[in-house]
Amino acid sequence: MLPVGYYIALSSFMFAVGAVGVIVRRNPIIMLMCIELMLNAGNLALIAFSRWNASMDGHVFVFVVITAAAAEAAVGLGIIVAVFRQKSGDIDMDSLSEMKG
Amino acid sequence: MTAELAVFITMGAAAAVTASAVVLSKNTVHAVIYLVMNLFSIAVLYLALSAQMVAFLQIIIYAGAIMVLFLFTVMMLNMTGAVEAAEDRLLKQKPLAAALGLMLIAEVVMGTVGLFSKPSGSMAIEDGFGSAGEVGSRLFFGYMLPFEVTSILLLAAIVGSVVLARKKDEE
Repeated sequence: MLPVGYYIALSSFMFAVGAVGVIVRRNPIIMLMCIELMLNAGNLALIAFSRWNASMDGHVFVFVVITAAAAEAAVGLGIIVAVFRQKSGDIDMDSLSEMKG
Repeated sequence: MTAELAVFITMGAAAAVTASAVVLSKNTVHAVIYLVMNLFSIAVLYLALSAQMVAFLQIIIYAGAIMVLFLFTVMMLNMTGAVEAAEDRLLKQKPLAAALGLMLIAEVVMGTVGLFSKPSGSMAIEDGFGSAGEVGSRLFFGYMLPFEVTSILLLAAIVGSVVLARKKDEE
C-alpha cells in the first residue's frame, strides 16, 4: 500500500475545496453538491485508514455516511424545490434569512 | 513506479481537478457531471484500497441514485438566470472568501505533508477484506444498532421530503 499520507492529502484537499464551495457559491444546488464533496473526502480518509489498520470497521462507517448523504440530498433538494415554489424563481441563499412556521 | 502509485496519480489528479471544477463551473448541469466523474475516480481509489463493496456502493448509490436526483432537480427548476444575478451582488465578499479558501486549502495540505515521509507501515490483510460478505457480517453482528438506526433515518427522510414537496393548497 502507498503511504497513507497520499490518500489523506487528497482527502483534505477535496474537503477544503468543498468547504470553499459552500462559502463562495450562492447556488443552493452547488452548495449541496459541495457538502457531498466534503462527505466524500471524509469517506476517502476512512477507507484509507481502514486499509492502513487492516480493520474493516471504517467500511461500515462509510456505509452509514453514504446513507446519511442520501437522506440529506433528498431532504435538501425537497427544501430547494419548496423554496423555489414559494419565491417563484429567486433562490439567492442570502435572501433566505427569515423563517416562518 | 508501482501500479498502485500510477492509479493513485491518475485518479487522484482526476478527483482533484473535478472537485475544483464542481466549485468553479457556472453551469449547474456541468457541476453535476463533474461531481459524478469525481465520485467515479474516488471509487477507483477505493478499489485500490481493496474496498470493493464500498466502491460499488459508491457507484450504484452515489453516482447512480443521488446524482440523478440532483440532475432531476436542476432540470426541473431551470434557475440559471436568477442565480447568476444573485451571485453578482456578492462581488465584494468574493475575493476575501477566495483568499481565505485558498489559505484553508494550503493549510490542510501543509498539515498532511508530514505524513508523506513516513513509510507506509500498513498491516497485511487477509483474503476477503472489503468483500460484500465481510462488510455484511460486520453490519449484522458488530454494528446491528447503527444499521437499524440508519433505516429510521431513511424513513424520516422519506416522510420529510414528501411533506416538503407537498403543495400548500392541498392541505
